[in-house]
Amino acid sequence: MIRVVLPAHLRKLARVGREVSLDVTAPVTLRAVLDVLEAGYPMLRGTIRDHATQERRPFVRFFACEDDWSHESPDAALPEAIATGTEPLLIVGAMAGG
Amino acid sequence: MSGVRVLVGTRKGAFVLTADAKRERWDVSGPLFSGWEIYHLKGAPTEPNRLYASQATGWFGQVIQRSDDGGETWEPVGNEFAYEGVPGTHQWYDGTPHPWEFARVWHLEPSLTDPDTVYAGVEDAALFRSTDGGRTWHELPGLRQHGSGPFWQPGAGGLCLHTIIQDPTSPERLFVAISSAGAFRTDDGCRTWRPINRGLHSEQIPDPTAEVGHCVHRLAMHPSRPHVLFMQKHWDVMRSDDAGDTWREVSGNLPSDFGFPIEVHAHEPETIYVVPIKNDSEHYPPDGKLRVYRSRTGGGEWEALTQGLPQRDCYVNVLRDAMAVDSLDACGVYFGTTGGQVYASADAGNTWTAIVRDLPAVLSVEVQTLP
Repeated sequence: MIRVVLPAHLRKLARVGREVSLDVTAPVTLRAVLDVLEAGYPMLRGTIRDHATQERRPFVRFFACEDDWSHESPDAALPEAIATGTEPLLIVGAMAGG
Repeated sequence: MSGVRVLVGTRKGAFVLTADAKRERWDVSGPLFSGWEIYHLKGAPTEPNRLYASQATGWFGQVIQRSDDGGETWEPVGNEFAYEGVPGTHQWYDGTPHPWEFARVWHLEPSLTDPDTVYAGVEDAALFRSTDGGRTWHELPGLRQHGSGPFWQPGAGGLCLHTIIQDPTSPERLFVAISSAGAFRTDDGCRTWRPINRGLHSEQIPDPTAEVGHCVHRLAMHPSRPHVLFMQKHWDVMRSDDAGDTWREVSGNLPSDFGFPIEVHAHEPETIYVVPIKNDSEHYPPDGKLRVYRSRTGGGEWEALTQGLPQRDCYVNVLRDAMAVDSLDACGVYFGTTGGQVYASADAGNTWTAIVRDLPAVLSVEVQTLP
């Protein structure tokens, strides 16, 4: 299972705890993880990436194994530790004040 | 026993204020959707426990919430607002073309007849409608595509469609207002639209009497006289007696005719309310005195309503969607400030009390009169 940590506002919106577990078919990419996440929690559609373009919202970041994956291709394979569930994928609201 | 439910949208969540018909003791609940900007909440006229809320942040975008139990529980519904066809461009602040981009929902207006039908006024300015309780949204593109859209320019708050008024006697007729494009009317159920800005005069645009380009801040109408419209423009309070075909100024003796909200008394169609603001950059009341002005003559002659409102050192603003009236026998008037106060008057504005004083900046106030 893939582990995903959501930011507090999206946890509340999706009515889940800090972390959700997702069954993602290989290859495990950002796009695949987000597709499964949004299918399971449709209220998150449009809050992480744009409905139409599927581009990451500007103030959302993706961290994996202490690396910033925000600017990587959504079709790149995520690290093995994410794919095996050893480490969680972090979806983070950018540090932008407010 | 009848009562009122006041729906307050703020910069950091929503609040629900309730009281019985005396409107003396208030229960304050919230924040709902804490940390999110709540531009607007409104109940369906035909089903008061059906509420819609516009929830947004710069981080996670737009969410629409719906309640079917008067705000006890909420369900996120549809949040996809896609413009019809190729969106094209409007003007940017510097006059250059700028692509239409959805930013947020400013105003939700449930249908007068069907609780599952609700209109949404959005930024960048467009009108959307849902007929399935907010699950899906479709643009009504006749407004944005009627011809003047490429010349619309954002006001300081963005290019927003902030006012939607339905004519209770003519279901095919709606009025909308856009900052800063002006007022528009459809007479055929949103298929075609035309600007209704004749008589407006705005020194801030190259042609002060242009057909579009006016920064209309708010429109108001009494349901018994749908051909009479009142307008708070950037500067000037205006009135139309022919459903917007022509306008005349009724600022009269106001200390400033700049402001944002305008409202009509629930039972007296010629009694209207505004909150004068000093000017277009000093967004606070003149002389540090928070005064609601009431006209009982449909404009022109105004009286200051001050009892219970701060009359010194007050530098808050009252935004365009932050004033509302109830329909109890003694009409209640309510408004919220950017300082977080929500004031209420249970006697048509003669006296005021603060229901709450320390909310986040208030973006919108709506009132439901409950049986």
